[in-house]
Amino acid sequence: MAYPRGVASSFSFRVNGVERAVDVEPDTPLLWVLREQLGLTGTKFGCGMALCGACTVHLDDQPVRACMVPVREVNGKQVLTIEGLAGSRPAPEGKAPEGTPPPLHPLQQAWMEANVPQCGYCQSGQIMSALALLRAKPTPTDEDIDAVMSANICRCGTYPRIRKAIHAAAVKMRTP
Amino acid sequence: MSGELSRRDALSVALLGGGAFVLGFSLPACGGGRAVMADEAARSGQFVPNAWIKVLPDGAVHFTLDRVEMGQGTTTSHVMMVAEELEVAPESIVVERADADRHYDNPELGFQITGGSTSVKASFLPLRKAAAAAREMLIGAAADSWGVPSSQCNAEGGVVVHIPSGRKAPYGTLTKLAAQRPIPNVAPKPREQCKLLGKGLNRVDTRPRVDGSGVYGIDVKVPGMLTAVILRPPAVGQKVHSVRDGAARKSPGVTHVVTLRGGGDATGGVAVVADTYWHARKGAEALLADSAVDFGPEPEDAPDSVAIGKELAERARGAGKPARLEGDFARAFGKAAKTVEAVYEAPHLAHATMEPMNCTAHVTEDRCEVWAPTQAPGLAREVAAHVAGMSRGQVQIHTTLLGGGFGRRLVQDFVAEAVELSKAIGKPVKVVWSREDDQAHDFYRPRSHHVLKGAVDAAGHPTAWFHRIVGPSIVSHVAGQWFYAMAPPWMPTFMAGLLGSSAAATFSSNVMSDDTSVEGAADLPYAIEHLRVDYREHDPGVPVGFWRGVGHSHNAFVTESFIDELAHLAGKDPYLFRRQLLGKAPRHLGVLDLAARKAGWHGPREKGLGRGIAVHEAFDSFCAQVADVSVEKGVIRVHRVVCALDCGFVVNPDVVAAQVESAVAFGLSAALKQEITLKAGRVEQTNFHTFPVLRMHEMPKVEVHLVDSREPPTGVGEPGLPPIAPAVANAIFALTGKRLRRTPLEAAWKAAT
Repeated sequence: MAYPRGVASSFSFRVNGVERAVDVEPDTPLLWVLREQLGLTGTKFGCGMALCGACTVHLDDQPVRACMVPVREVNGKQVLTIEGLAGSRPAPEGKAPEGTPPPLHPLQQAWMEANVPQCGYCQSGQIMSALALLRAKPTPTDEDIDAVMSANICRCGTYPRIRKAIHAAAVKMRTP
Repeated sequence: MSGELSRRDALSVALLGGGAFVLGFSLPACGGGRAVMADEAARSGQFVPNAWIKVLPDGAVHFTLDRVEMGQGTTTSHVMMVAEELEVAPESIVVERADADRHYDNPELGFQITGGSTSVKASFLPLRKAAAAAREMLIGAAADSWGVPSSQCNAEGGVVVHIPSGRKAPYGTLTKLAAQRPIPNVAPKPREQCKLLGKGLNRVDTRPRVDGSGVYGIDVKVPGMLTAVILRPPAVGQKVHSVRDGAARKSPGVTHVVTLRGGGDATGGVAVVADTYWHARKGAEALLADSAVDFGPEPEDAPDSVAIGKELAERARGAGKPARLEGDFARAFGKAAKTVEAVYEAPHLAHATMEPMNCTAHVTEDRCEVWAPTQAPGLAREVAAHVAGMSRGQVQIHTTLLGGGFGRRLVQDFVAEAVELSKAIGKPVKVVWSREDDQAHDFYRPRSHHVLKGAVDAAGHPTAWFHRIVGPSIVSHVAGQWFYAMAPPWMPTFMAGLLGSSAAATFSSNVMSDDTSVEGAADLPYAIEHLRVDYREHDPGVPVGFWRGVGHSHNAFVTESFIDELAHLAGKDPYLFRRQLLGKAPRHLGVLDLAARKAGWHGPREKGLGRGIAVHEAFDSFCAQVADVSVEKGVIRVHRVVCALDCGFVVNPDVVAAQVESAVAFGLSAALKQEITLKAGRVEQTNFHTFPVLRMHEMPKVEVHLVDSREPPTGVGEPGLPPIAPAVANAIFALTGKRLRRTPLEAAWKAAT
């Protein structure tokens, strides 16, 4: 469908399992739609040129750089952001009591156990990239990790801990 | 550091010279005296013995952290210190971030800032004493209420216990009684009794960083907020002459187009304000497409890196202000057996924090509220008050999470412009910088030019060392701003500004050599009899500021490379050569030996790998590194870095190790890949493709070995950075015989081959 440029149109898509609708110009990057129209600020702005990976989300299960995906390409599709990870896997022992925060995804758990984040600004993108890696390669080698994770910059140098956490998460995710 | 004034002392000398003020600083331990404490408890039931700690009647402990958290782990280390002395579980402490308030001045630096690797060092005694005093007051309150001596009582897990009878009183039940008591002078626990300090506790603030809930400055949203993009003058020296705003006003969502004057450190520019960031951005692009903004003519003397290089080299021909003078260099050099002379260069560098600069401000008739990822809330308040035309008391600063600091967020230009804009439009507004804005309008690590001369005698002992440093002075640039925040509270903002300018002039007139330019060079630890280190200021007009490691970031590269050159001149092993010269520097020697041992310095080398070593003291800590490096088809790859760090008492070894890993990565990005160059006043490196950052596949294995020290804690955030560049350069020499004398090393290698 051709959307008139510079004119707001309606777009709807599922974000973290919930149907959302927005009225924005079709070339508005998904990054800014998520952050501003939908109030999901966990996905970060780092470079605007798909060089740093801070804006990584999943679009129909594929990792993409949201800063360079115009919202018109998202219409009718599924988006997964960092906010959608916690509680996204079934809890091990039934439902938790009302008011408990949703259980962290094994990746997030591994990140916490390895004390990965420093400033933390790049970490949403790192985790989303790592999720894509583990879905494609449940038992990644260090070379596999290099190949995928080299797309995400960390200014604070948490790379060794990211690597360790990915290996730990892989074990967690293989264990039912 | 003989003859060297610390940064803070130097500024206070200037203040005293200017008008006989006393630069005192108050410890926040005694908030407002006993009456205030008792009144608070009567009113709210809360026990608030000082500006940091609050015990609520339900037993909750609230800790006001007066440092900013930019990933370096101050939250965790400070929570541990409080938990240890107050005897509560660290995970139970609720952390609040301090507003701008003189009670929270950093005692090391004289005002409320986080930087200089000072946080734990500065807090170690005062915070622990304050928490220990609070504990004793709670114990005393329980003991009195039971009619027993305090000595029979213990505190643990937020509960006071009377040991003989087993009677218990949770802290929450004691708040009113404790608040009646005098605040005792209590020593913190001796090391041996510490249960938490010294252990690698998990960080307490990780969750918001992995679940997307953490609020960084760029994430702030306040009711009625608009968002703005600022078109800034492209070249240093330009400013807005005129603007035709029609193209922006027609753009969807745009609400205002405002010309900002800027001033101080803020560049000024044309602000395009809209309902969303993307709308503001499109509006700004429409102005550019319409050539609607006139920034005036190209400035005549716009900074240009090629020209700057020539100027620095020319300036190096004249003598500088001496920073260290021992023996008679000229004579010793003249009659030496073997000599070497070299020129080293280090470029301007950007900070490139992952979170671009941003600030949210809401200025009304009589109040100014700011949300900012700032390293200096006290400074932010002074600058905001100045720009808003208000008194300090009318300004509130909320410090958010920081997506990296590294010294960039010590300059409050990003606060000034948001305040100016909000005041102009009468609405709350968030100013968001793009990566390109961030790259172009940084306060860069200064570029420097170094001339070195060294001599060894016939036995291979170094006898003479000359080091001239030429470059801009950071202090001249920042003294003006810092005065606002360091001035006594009764001093009006405008007067602080005047004094600030005069302090800056004091430095420029070369009354004393700039500590930040010679640190790491003037305090050379090696026992060399004839030494001359001097500094010649040259300001090419590029804005400069504090970059992680500051002067050490270039001086360690230079001095640790040149001592290596002397070692090779003498035909000696670089590790043993250094060892011999560190007889009077036991802590340097300690880390040097530890790193060499852990790296297996004397052991077999893997084929194709060169090994280099470096040792350096920065911010009172000592770090040595051994790097294993390969160079294949022109690609420099660092395989492993073995680090030894002596930072005195280690509060949390895991947090410290993480900081060393971080400093190595940050330093290696610069050492291998980064430089900022200017052409016609414009910074050429606009984003991460031309200002690259080390990536996962390039990160070496890093081993961190911490010295078990009895000394008080010293700096951790920065000291791991200075040794990496020279360790790598020395390894490259060992492997290839090519001596690289400038960074980035990848470019230097290409030029040499």
